[in-house]
Amino acid sequence: MAKKKEDMVDTAKAVANKVVKAVKDKVAQVANDDATKEAVEAVKEATEKVAKAVKQAAETIADGDYVTAKIPEGPLAEKWNNYKAHQKLVNPANKRRLDVIVVGTGLAGASAAASLGELGFNVLNFCIQDSPRRAHSIAAQGGINAAKNYQNDGDSVYRLFYDTIKGGDYRARESNVYRLAEVSNSIIDQCVAQGVPFAREYGGLLDNRSFGGAQVSRTFYAKGQTGQQLLLGAYSALSRQIHKGTVKMYTRYEMLDVVVVEGRARGIIARNLVTGKIERFFAHAVVVGTGGYGNAFFLSTNAMASNGSAAVQMYKKGAYFANPCFAQIHPTCIPVHGEFQSKLTLMSESLRNDGRIWVPKKKEDAEAIRAGKKKPTEIPDEDRDFYLERRYPAFGNLVPRDVASRAAKERCDAGFGVNNTGLAVYLDFKYAIERLGRDVVEARYGNLFQMYEKIVDDNPYETPMMIFPAIHYTMGGIWVDYELQTSIKGLYCIGEANFSDHGANRLGASALMQGLADGYFVLPYTIQNYLADQIQVPRMSTELKEFAEAEKAINDKIDKLMSVQGKRSVDSIHRELGLIMWDFVGMARSAEGLRTALKKILDVKKTFWTEVFIPGSRNDLNVELEKALRLADFLEIGELMARDALNREESCGGHFREEYQTPEGEALRQDDKFSYVSCWKFEGEGQEPKLLKEKLEYEFVARQTRNYKA
Amino acid sequence: MEKTINIKVRVWRQAGPKAKGAFETYELNHVSVDSSFLEMLDVLNEQLIHERKEPIVFDHDCREGICGMCSLYINGHPHGPDSSVTTCQLHMRKFKDGETITVEPWRSHAFPVIKDLMVDRRAYDKIMQAGGYVSVNTGGVPDANAIPISKLNADEAMDAASCIGCGACAAACKNGSAMLFVAAKVSQLALLPQGQVEGAARAKAMLSKMDELGFGNCTNTGACAAECPKNISLSHIARLNREYICAKLQD
Ligand SMILES: Cc1cc2nc3c(=O)[nH]c(=O)nc-3n(C[C@H](O)[C@H](O)[C@H](O)COP(=O)(O)OP(=O)(O)OC[C@H]3O[C@@H](n4cnc5c(N)ncnc54)[C@H](O)[C@@H]3O)c2cc1C
Ligand code: SF4
Ligand code: FES
Repeated sequence: MAKKKEDMVDTAKAVANKVVKAVKDKVAQVANDDATKEAVEAVKEATEKVAKAVKQAAETIADGDYVTAKIPEGPLAEKWNNYKAHQKLVNPANKRRLDVIVVGTGLAGASAAASLGELGFNVLNFCIQDSPRRAHSIAAQGGINAAKNYQNDGDSVYRLFYDTIKGGDYRARESNVYRLAEVSNSIIDQCVAQGVPFAREYGGLLDNRSFGGAQVSRTFYAKGQTGQQLLLGAYSALSRQIHKGTVKMYTRYEMLDVVVVEGRARGIIARNLVTGKIERFFAHAVVVGTGGYGNAFFLSTNAMASNGSAAVQMYKKGAYFANPCFAQIHPTCIPVHGEFQSKLTLMSESLRNDGRIWVPKKKEDAEAIRAGKKKPTEIPDEDRDFYLERRYPAFGNLVPRDVASRAAKERCDAGFGVNNTGLAVYLDFKYAIERLGRDVVEARYGNLFQMYEKIVDDNPYETPMMIFPAIHYTMGGIWVDYELQTSIKGLYCIGEANFSDHGANRLGASALMQGLADGYFVLPYTIQNYLADQIQVPRMSTELKEFAEAEKAINDKIDKLMSVQGKRSVDSIHRELGLIMWDFVGMARSAEGLRTALKKILDVKKTFWTEVFIPGSRNDLNVELEKALRLADFLEIGELMARDALNREESCGGHFREEYQTPEGEALRQDDKFSYVSCWKFEGEGQEPKLLKEKLEYEFVARQTRNYKA
Repeated sequence: MEKTINIKVRVWRQAGPKAKGAFETYELNHVSVDSSFLEMLDVLNEQLIHERKEPIVFDHDCREGICGMCSLYINGHPHGPDSSVTTCQLHMRKFKDGETITVEPWRSHAFPVIKDLMVDRRAYDKIMQAGGYVSVNTGGVPDANAIPISKLNADEAMDAASCIGCGACAAACKNGSAMLFVAAKVSQLALLPQGQVEGAARAKAMLSKMDELGFGNCTNTGACAAECPKNISLSHIARLNREYICAKLQD
């Protein structure tokens, strides 16, 4: 079937191309005086338009095999304005009658819930933690990008757009990324108005720093606690709406399914984590901002409750899961140090502004360090290999994350790694302290240094930090169109949970920007285009059979889990999954390894469903049950990640297939074959999902091989 | 070689908000001194699960000292004996071999126990909802650089804004006062021109909410600042008092 449709599209395209060529040939023959020339030019233009339409139509008819994103017409810089000028809006009196569920209170969820509340919608907002202020966004350290060009160093909306597209290795959608860059400046204005205490210069104006993948200073920051301050800003706006009664807050609740009625999202099923009660909630539209699924790796920089469950629930109800294999391994995390370890701690990318990364040049030095016989401070400068500065002179220590992570792995694999495990490299502040003085370094990074010292028991002012890559962020996620709507009507996905703006690799300080762009400035517009048609829809009863069925499915699943009564704890099985993910679906992937991973994940899945032990009762606060439900979904995600990675026979951004690299070990994209978003469609339990594609057309930038060397 | 210690953990167990709680003591051997306090509890829970018992319930999320979710009264101190850290950043190298470690939930009238070591801190959110914000809607705000703010004030506002809302201040206070928490927010916004417009009303609204929710009065014992994991300074309480007096004068 799929083959037939693909043939159809090819035939249609071939015919269209033939017509265009025939017309062009004729034009060349007949055009001899001005009037005819003009006339035939017009014919030529018209024919080209028809040909384009035919191609698009063919792709659309091939339904399912291609996905289209509803990108507005017009030049790149005008698309968003055009959209806003023509979209439908909901009048104030009607807003009150429309309910919107927002799941998540991270930067994306909190900013969306607050903004929708301010507009007058009736908002129901959910989160797992005891307070909306504790969402994982709180942990972001380094900063947030914007194209303000306050430093007068040549930044612009276009440059931020371009850097993001390039940083994402040409696997993101141009129109979305441009819009992101466009609204970035409003975010900074909004946060300052809320009282976010961004760092300032002595003159009283805002300060900036640099992040990887950029040659300008466009990152705004609040010490090493930018995420905290931005989230507290959004939380304060949210608190104001809760006080006003436009937002009703449900803390310690976990969404367990989305309810779809006649093809439209109409509510959710959630578990009250304190009482264990399963509850039903109706809304005219549902917005999901539940964050990323990096915890599939067990050890990651994500918070303990970060999960991919809402994404899996949406996927199983028909929303596409896009580019699941695009995950970011962050180069600067504190290395793993023991079997008891529960999570990994990030050392912000901002440290690469002033820290220099190195390993010993001589193998015998590396060996001596690993054996504890030598200290890093005893290695003279000439015996240090500043490998990023050596390999990438133009960007040096500020190359993008994927590049820096792979370079660290390369050195460690080659035997130059440090720490007793050999799995670490140095990040050294000696040079910055010599240049700027200890005070300046302390003012910039004091809290990060303290965090490091508490964990490792080493003083980074005196001896270099040890760092190693760790899983940090997931670019993949639920597929959304230009309006941030999933493939299910009335179901929206924002923040890290969606797949949208970062392509195959996210640049530092761009996730905070995207979360707040989605929540403050994009979704509150686009969702009205949908809700405007819903004003006649009365509030539905949660007694509807769709709600009852969804609840029953969850109850069955919980009963099944509780009744396994095996011998293994949830965490012990999760650790097993994590190791498989890190070994085979991590920094370097191969067809063979991915096939092994798929097999091993299936084994772990079986172990889980036959050997897990969940103590306690389901009708009570039960943390083990919560973790088990999340692990069940991580197992599905692990499988999807491996499947997607196997399908994508190229290296791009954070996805590195060993079979596709240049002789120097750089990623080798296959634009002719893989210039698309992989959209996985659920086909039923135990069935292989179907691969649909959103073609990525680059109309406004020319695709290049990423080069951070010169 | 990895250094380990053997310890006894004396933990408060309470099945629910209305249940009667009691201490239970567990033995735990070969605890790596490099593990964090919460990782030690993970290992203990793993042991309990193996014995087919219910694991100990405690709050946590980021495990890097920023979300404010972890709590715990450890050997008589909120967030344990180490200074300037949250419980999740506390490491077992701070404890001795053979030691008995006592772990309790926050004990404060306004933070009822939910289960074991987990308490309900929503009262802090309610105080914030009463006025812990600048009343601006999304959009329609001036350029971020339109109002210069002195670096000194911005930095001090940042120090105040570092509060993670953990509740240790109220838990440490013999009166159960939330003054340091309220002061941190009021002070942050009072230091910035954006926040000054509503300064007086904010101080009044947040303080009266605090009273209404059953938090005690501040008698300047300073226990809060001594135990605060983020070193929020008592000077913010002084600023809050000034804001409050201004509000009263305006009445
Ligand atoms: C340590 C660290 C540092 C970082 N530093 C930076 C940085 O400097 N700059 C930058 O740009 N990015 C940074 N990032 C990335 C960035 O922080 C995240 O991508 C971003 O904050 C995600 O925001 P979010 O709103 O999408 O989701 P989150 O903040 O993860 O919020 C998810 C929300 O959903 C809720 N939730 C989840 N599942 C459910 C469910 N089933 N039911 C109900 N509620 C649910 C949670 O309770 C939470 O409220 C960092 C990430 C990490 C891990
Ligand atoms: S003032 Fe300190 S102790 Fe009190 S909530 Fe804030 S961080 Fe916690
Ligand atoms: S778990 Fe987040 S502060 Fe301790």
